[in-house]
This record gives sequence, C-alpha cells and structure tokens, in this order.
Amino acid sequence: MTRDGLHIWRIVLFTLLCIGIVVLAFADLLIGTTKVSIDEVWAALTGSCTNPQYEVIVYRMRLPKVLAAIVSGMALAASGLEMQTLFRNPLAGPYVLGINAGASLGVAIFTLALPMLGIASGGWLMRLGITGMAWVGSAAILLLVMALSRHIKNINVILILGMMLGSAISAVVNILQYMGTDESLKAFIVWTMGSLSTVTLSDLEILIPVTVLGLILAIAAIKSLNMLLLGESYARTMGLRVGLSRSIIFLSTTLLAGGVTAFCGPIGFIGLAMPHLARMTFRTADHRILMPGTILWGAFAMLICCVVCDIMAHSDLLLPVNTVTSLLGVPIIIFVVFRNRNR
Amino acid sequence: MIQLQEISLWFGSKRLMTDVTTRFECGMLTALLGRNGTGKSTLLRAIASLGELQRGNIIIDGMPIGELNSVELARRIAFVNTERIAVEALSVYDLVAIGRSPYTDWSGHLRGKDREIIERALRITGVEAMRNRYVESLSDGEAQRVMIARALAQDTPVILLDEPTAFLDLPNRYELCTLLTRLAHDERKCIIFSTHELDIALSLADSIALVDTPYLRHMPTDEMIASGNIERLFNSDNVAFDAASRSIRMQR
Repeated sequence: MTRDGLHIWRIVLFTLLCIGIVVLAFADLLIGTTKVSIDEVWAALTGSCTNPQYEVIVYRMRLPKVLAAIVSGMALAASGLEMQTLFRNPLAGPYVLGINAGASLGVAIFTLALPMLGIASGGWLMRLGITGMAWVGSAAILLLVMALSRHIKNINVILILGMMLGSAISAVVNILQYMGTDESLKAFIVWTMGSLSTVTLSDLEILIPVTVLGLILAIAAIKSLNMLLLGESYARTMGLRVGLSRSIIFLSTTLLAGGVTAFCGPIGFIGLAMPHLARMTFRTADHRILMPGTILWGAFAMLICCVVCDIMAHSDLLLPVNTVTSLLGVPIIIFVVFRNRNR
Repeated sequence: MIQLQEISLWFGSKRLMTDVTTRFECGMLTALLGRNGTGKSTLLRAIASLGELQRGNIIIDGMPIGELNSVELARRIAFVNTERIAVEALSVYDLVAIGRSPYTDWSGHLRGKDREIIERALRITGVEAMRNRYVESLSDGEAQRVMIARALAQDTPVILLDEPTAFLDLPNRYELCTLLTRLAHDERKCIIFSTHELDIALSLADSIALVDTPYLRHMPTDEMIASGNIERLFNSDNVAFDAASRSIRMQR
C-alpha cells in the first residue's frame, strides 16, 4: 500500500472504531433482562425520565457497566502496549510485572486470611476491602520491582524477576485458598473471574480519574516508547534518560492495570491481544498512531465482551467476563504467533 | 573531534587499557582493531557514555562528555551496534526517523527540516527505495545500512560503530566500509568502527587504532603497517601478516 493509501486507511479505521464504540455502548444500554426502549434509555441518560424504575436500571446498573467496560479496555490495552515495547517482548502484557499477583495476594489476605483470624466482613465493607487490598497489593509489587530495577541494567532480568515474583505470590495465594473456608473461598474465586457489573458510579469516580492519569502518562511516553523499540542502548545514545522513562512507564502501568484489577478483578488477554491487533490493522510500530489505536481497540473489544455477556444473561447463562475475554483474545494471540513464526 | 585523555578501562576486575591518550579527527575513518576480549567494544561504549569510565577524560569538541546532558551528547555522538532490530510493523522510514529524537518535541513530531535530513540520510546510504518496507523483511546487509541511515539522521559529528560488518557477506562488507569512507571524507564525520576484517580496515581506513593490551596504538594506516605491530599481535603458528599485500596469509 502506498504512503497516502495507508494514511487514508488509518483515518478510516480510527473513525470506524470511534463509531463502533459509540454504537456498542448504546447497544449495551439497551440489552438486558428488562426491556427498555431507545427513547427511555435516552431519557434516563439526559435525566428527563419519568419512570423511576427505568432510571435505576439504565443509570445505576447499565451505565456504570458500560463505562467500566470502556475504561478497563482502554487501560488494559494501553498498559499492555507499554509493557510489550519496554520489554521488547510480544508476549508481555499488563500483568508481567506481577501486578495481578500482587492484587490477588491483597484480595486473598482480605477474603481468605482475615476470616481465618475471625475477622469477617460483608456488604460494602467487603467491597471496599477487596478493592483497597487489591490496590495495595499491586502497588507493593510495583514498588518492589522498581526498587530492584534501579540496580538492574538488563531489562530481561526485570521481566524474569516480575514473573518469578508473580509465581511465588501465586503459591502463597494457593496456600491461602487451600486453608480458606468454603464461603471465603467463593468470594475470592468470584473476584478472580472478573466482573464489570459490580462496578458502581461511585467506584467510577475513582477509577476514571486514575485511568485518565495513567493514559496521560502513557501518551507522554510515546516518544520514549518509540526510542525503546530499538532497545535501551540505542535509546540512551539518542538522548533518552532510560531510568526516568522506565519509572514513568511502570507508574502508568500500575495506575492503569492496577486500577482496573482492583475494581473489576484480573481481566485476561485484552492487554496482551489488543496491541497486536492495532499493529496488524494500523500497520505501524509508531506509538503516535499505535497508542491511540490500541486504546480504541481495547474499548471496542471490552464492549463486545460486555455485549456478549449480556446477551448470554438473557438466556440465564451468567458468564464471568474473563471467560469471554479469553475466548476472544486467545485466537488473536495464536494467529499473531503463527503469522510471525511462518514468515 | 574526540580526544581521549589518560583514560583507563576495566571490565570487571580485568584491566583492559591504561593511560590511553589520543585524538580522532573529523573527516577521518578510523578502524579499531584488536584480538577478541581486548576491550574494543568497551572503549566504544565508554566514548558513547554507555559504560562507566574509571579514570581519565573523554572530550568532544572541547567539552568533557561528563559535562554534557543526555540530549547534548546525543547531538554529538551516534552509535551503531550489531544488533538486528526485529520489531513488528516498523517501517524503514519510521526507524530512520527515530534518529531525529534528540531534536524533536515531546511527541517526536517531524518538521520540514527533520524530513529533509531523513531524506538525505536515506539517499546517502542508498536505502531510499526501501523506505516503506518493514525492517523484518530486510536482509542483514540492508538492515545494517538502515541502521547507519538512522545514525546519519541523528546528525552528529561523531559516529561510532561496533563491528558493523559482523554478519555481512564479503561484497557487503566492502560496500559498507566504502560507505563509511565516503561519510568520513564527504560529510566530514569522525567515524570509528571496530572490526576483525584486517584487510578491509587496512585498505579503507585512514588511521588504525590497535589494542595492544594494555595500550592503544593509534597511527595513520601506512605508518601502522610499517610499524610491525600488526605482525606482532596477529601472527600465530599458522597465520602471518604480509605487509606487502596488506593481508593475512596461511604459513606453509
């Protein structure tokens, strides 16, 4: 394809993705066990709804879920791209630094270990505890990785370190699971399956600003990311302060992936697959195009997963969102791996 | 122009070079020769500020490199190594454009002048026709030329290359070194490249820097050949350097 042709194709794709996101978001507001018409949805959104029941369904139940899908898709995809570029590894994702392991340890301590000590909690306290502890856990892991990475020159050593930390923490979480009571085990397992529907409007008041901040850092890092495509030696000789850039990228990833994981649970494969989809469709490695492209693909893909979940819920099949993201993401990854190996 | 003032280099606890004092002029192509493990890469990395310098000063255009910030340094020294860049969907043009990083704004936006310099770099290195190809599809020889185009786009008086000919076939090795000669002479660049290709270095380089542990002997090529240093370092039971033909021969 010629340079101009490619340019036009990218503009078309950006436009289509934006339209797709808006359409899917509205579609998802319409879909649900209670039938609500388009007019009523619009009325509920603009605050001119006469039926309080519809207002609760649309405004309190469906809208937070749709917004959570958009925010989590954007956040996971952007952080996945950052990790793939920083580690120069196509199989890196938002969780390579051990963020989800840290979050799951936090949640496991709250849901499994505390009840063992006789400290049980329920209702809103349970919710607050899970979210808070997930965040504390992922932030602790990040601080540990960042502190260690100051003394490590080779980026691949950090990658191995993150994965090993993750494995060790998973082992601890397994022990807690084994010792936990049936009831507390269920609370933990439900968290690991991921859910968008438990997110409330007041959750979003925290999640949205955190994600916006993470995305601002990710966008501020696009030039660094472009330089890091050539590896840290080249980046350094082109004037990049590698240590500072690493810290900004790590911080951005923790805000993005850590925030989503705290509120929605660990959501797999979106962060891994969307950067590949963006590279393949926008046909570039330049982060000035790739970063916004990846972010849009992330929102689009999470909305599709959300719509699939809701359609399934119609026939009384309540799917955890993680199962849908895996079924969507895994084929994309396999396709990318095969395409790269067979060239 | 680069001056080395009494520098000492160590690799871990192993001493590689001591009290190296010499200068590399603009418009000159210098080949850095030496046996494996004698510190050619360590020296180049020290000049590029990628490694640590335990003792001595490296001065570029009258400024010690320790006093330059990372961007100022990047506007003076470009670096090329043997690593093959394998990034999915990265086009040749975009890769060369990354070389403009020390001059562009926060987003890396290319202005008219940046585009002119990129075009010129693509033209001089002969990779114009590959601009829209992806780097994965390039041969080793093409890829190395593209990396040199990137170094040219960085628009620095000094270019350092660590074994740029390592994975190339014989014609490509000569082509690449001829390109380096042209860049040094026509573009008035100070180019230092490390290599194991004795005959190419001796026929194309203006000066030779020879690692003779723990010294660095730096002199014009003809002087180096006449000095007998090359025979002393490279001769073994089976091979010998023949000064008349400027090449290594098997001993009979």
